[in-house]
Amino acid sequence: MNKIWLVTQREYLTRVTNKTFILTTLLAPLGILVFMAAVVLVMSTGSDKAKIINVYDPSGLLQNEFKSRDNLTFKFSNESMDAQKTLYKEKKINGILELPPLTDSLAKSYVYKYHSDDQLAMDENFAIESAIGKKIRDFKLKKLNIDAKTLENLDTDVQAEPVTILEDKKISSITTFVSSALGGIVGYAMFFIILFYGMQVMRSVMEEKINRIIEVLISSLKPFELMMGKVLGVGLVGLTQIGIWLILMPIIYFIGAALFGINTEAMPNPVNDMNPEVALTFQSKASQIFLELRSMNWWFILPLTLFYFLAGYFAYSALFAAIGSAVGEDINDANSLTFPIMMPLIFSIYIGFSAVNAPDSSLAVWSSMIPLLSSIVMPVRLPFDPPWWQIGISVVSLIIFTIFLVWLAARIYRVGILMYGKKATFKELSKWIFYKD
Amino acid sequence: MNNEKPMNVLSLQNVVKTYANHRAVNDVSFDVKKGTIFGLLGPNGAGKTSLIRIITTITAADSGQVYLNGQPLNRLHPNDIGYMPEERGLYKKMKVGEQLLYLAQLKGLSSKDAKVKLRHWLEKFEILNWWDKKISDLSKGMSQKVQFIATVVHDPSLIILDEPFSGLDPINANLIKDEIFQLKEKGASILFSTHRMEQVEEICEDIVLINHGKILLYGGVANIKNDFKEHKFSVKYEGSLPESLNFGGYEIVSNQANELIFKGQSGQTSIQLLKSLLDSNVNIISFNEILPSLNEIFIKKVETSNE
Repeated sequence: MNKIWLVTQREYLTRVTNKTFILTTLLAPLGILVFMAAVVLVMSTGSDKAKIINVYDPSGLLQNEFKSRDNLTFKFSNESMDAQKTLYKEKKINGILELPPLTDSLAKSYVYKYHSDDQLAMDENFAIESAIGKKIRDFKLKKLNIDAKTLENLDTDVQAEPVTILEDKKISSITTFVSSALGGIVGYAMFFIILFYGMQVMRSVMEEKINRIIEVLISSLKPFELMMGKVLGVGLVGLTQIGIWLILMPIIYFIGAALFGINTEAMPNPVNDMNPEVALTFQSKASQIFLELRSMNWWFILPLTLFYFLAGYFAYSALFAAIGSAVGEDINDANSLTFPIMMPLIFSIYIGFSAVNAPDSSLAVWSSMIPLLSSIVMPVRLPFDPPWWQIGISVVSLIIFTIFLVWLAARIYRVGILMYGKKATFKELSKWIFYKD
Repeated sequence: MNNEKPMNVLSLQNVVKTYANHRAVNDVSFDVKKGTIFGLLGPNGAGKTSLIRIITTITAADSGQVYLNGQPLNRLHPNDIGYMPEERGLYKKMKVGEQLLYLAQLKGLSSKDAKVKLRHWLEKFEILNWWDKKISDLSKGMSQKVQFIATVVHDPSLIILDEPFSGLDPINANLIKDEIFQLKEKGASILFSTHRMEQVEEICEDIVLINHGKILLYGGVANIKNDFKEHKFSVKYEGSLPESLNFGGYEIVSNQANELIFKGQSGQTSIQLLKSLLDSNVNIISFNEILPSLNEIFIKKVETSNE
C-alpha cells in the first residue's frame, strides 16, 4: 500500500510541477475567456462612426417618431429631396431615408429608399427595417380598425404540463429540457476526461518501458502496485486540473470583467433585442431553468456522477495501462490496440446522446446497466430520476466489472512490461492473462 | 561467527522456469556465500536474466526453492536486494536527486534516511552538485554512476549487477570495481552476471556457468582452473638444448624463442621434468605451470554443451 502511494506521489508531483501542465491548466480558462471576450468584442463592434440620417417621410408613416440608436441619429425633415441632397453634398448628413407613402393598407411588401454613397451596416439596416415594420403594423391596425389588444388575444402560448400518476414528483415542462442539457454536458465531459487521462496513463506506462527503468522498478515493487499508483496519480492530476478550472473560471471571468470592462449591460443582451412578448417568456424560462436546477436532487446526482466517473476512469485507464505495456518502442502500434477500448467509449457517448432524447428507451435503460457503457450513459440519465433498482444494478455491476478489468489489465501489464521486440497482438495479450507469475 | 546466521546469502535449490514451450531454467541449484563476489556466467540467452528475475522476485519459479539469508523468498525481500539490470534506465526528465530519492523509498527507506544515505554516496562519487540536474543532461557514464547509487543506496545484503562495466570508460569502470570490493568488505554479497571472462577472473571467487538453462560448471574459480588444467608447463631458458633427452615422460608441445611448452599426463608431477631439465645443463630462467583461462574453459564447455 505504501509503495502504491509512493508511485501515486511521483506520478502526481512530476505532472503537476511540469511546466506544460501549469501553463495549460492556468491558460486554458484564460484562453477561453480571451476567446469569449474576442467574440463579444467582434460581435458588438458594428459600425462605430456616428451618422446623421435625415428621414423624408411626407406621408407621415412614422408619425415623427423614430428612435435614434447608438451611433445613428435620425432627423425628420420635410425639405425637398434636392435640398436634402445638397446637405449630403455639404457633408452635413450621411444619408437620406426616403419613405414613400403606403398606398395599399394590405400590402405584403414595402420598399423604402436609402440615399447615400456609403452602405449601411447590416445591423443598422436590420434595426431600421424592424422599426419601420413595426410602424407599418400599427398603421395597418389603425386602417383596418383592429384594436392592438384584440390582436394580442389571438396569440396563445401553448405549454404542456406533465403530471405524474403513480409517483409523487413535481415536474414542469422545462424539466425535460434542463435534464437533457445537463445530461448531455455531463456525458460529453465524462467522455473527454476518461479518454484524455486514460491516454496519459498509457503514455506513462510506455515511457517506463521504453526508457527501461521498468526492470529496476518491478524489482522493488509488484507490477500491480506500480499500475495502481499510476492510475491513482494520473486520476488525482485530473481531479486537480478540473478543480482548478472550476475555481479559476469564475475568478478569471470577474477579473476579466473588471479589466476589460466587459459588463453584462454592454454585452448585446438577447432579451433587449427581442420583442417584449418573447422577451417576457424568455426571462420567465430562464428563471424557470434556475428553479429547475435548484430543485434537482444534487445530493443524489453529484455523488453518483462522481462514482461513475471514478469507476469509469479506473476501468478504462487500467485497460489503457495494459495496452501501454504491450506496445514497444513504436507509438504507432498503440493505435491499433487502443481502438477496441475506444469502441465502447465512443459507442457509449452516442447512446448517451440518444438517452438525452429518450432517457427511458430500452437502449438507454439497458446500456446504463452494462458496465463500460454505464459509466457514461447512467450519468446522462441521472437528472431524469431513473428508478432505484436500475441504479442499484448499474452500480453493483460496474464495481464488480471494474475490479475484474483492473485485475485483467494487471495480468496483461505484468507480462507486457517485460516484453520487448515483437509487436503484440490481441491473441498474445489474451495468452498473457494466463501466464504464471 | 554467529552460528545462527546462515553461511549463504542466496541459495537456489532445483529451480525450474518454463516459458510457453521453452525451459529457460532447468533444475538449477547453487549457493552464494556471504561476503563474496559470485559470477553468474553464460552465453547470451543461457537463462541468466530468467534466473535473475526469479531471484529479484520479478517472476516466480515454477518449482524449486530460492532462499535469501536462509528464508524462502517473500514480499519483503526485494528491499534487501539491489539490482542493476543490463539495460540501464532512469527517468530522463526527472532530477537526479528526486529520482534517487524515489527509487530509495521504493526500496523501503524513509525519506529522511534516504536523503542522508544519498548525500553520502553522491559526495563519495563527487557528484553532489548534480542533485538538481536532469538525467537527460548527463552523459552515459554519468548516468551509470547514478544508476549504481540507486542499486546500492539501501544497503542490500545481495547486490545483483548485470554487466556492470558495459559502456563504461576504464576510469569509471575502475571506480565501480573499487566500490564493488568495498561493498564486499562491508559484508555485502555480489552476484555478478557477465560474459566478460577476464573481469570474472579478476573479481569473482566462485562462479556458476550455465547454458540452455542448465549448470555446466559450478565452484571456486581457482578450483575450476585447477580441474581444467592440462598439465602444461612453460620453461624459459638460455643456451642450446641437447637433442635427445627424455623429459621425464613430458612431451614438447612447442619450442620457440627459447621457450619450451611441455605437456604431461595427469598424475605426473613436475619433479621429473625439472630434474631432466637440470640435467640438460641449460640455464633455466623461468618455470611456470600453464593454467587455462576462464575464457578457454567457458568456450570449451559451452561448445561441448551446444553439440
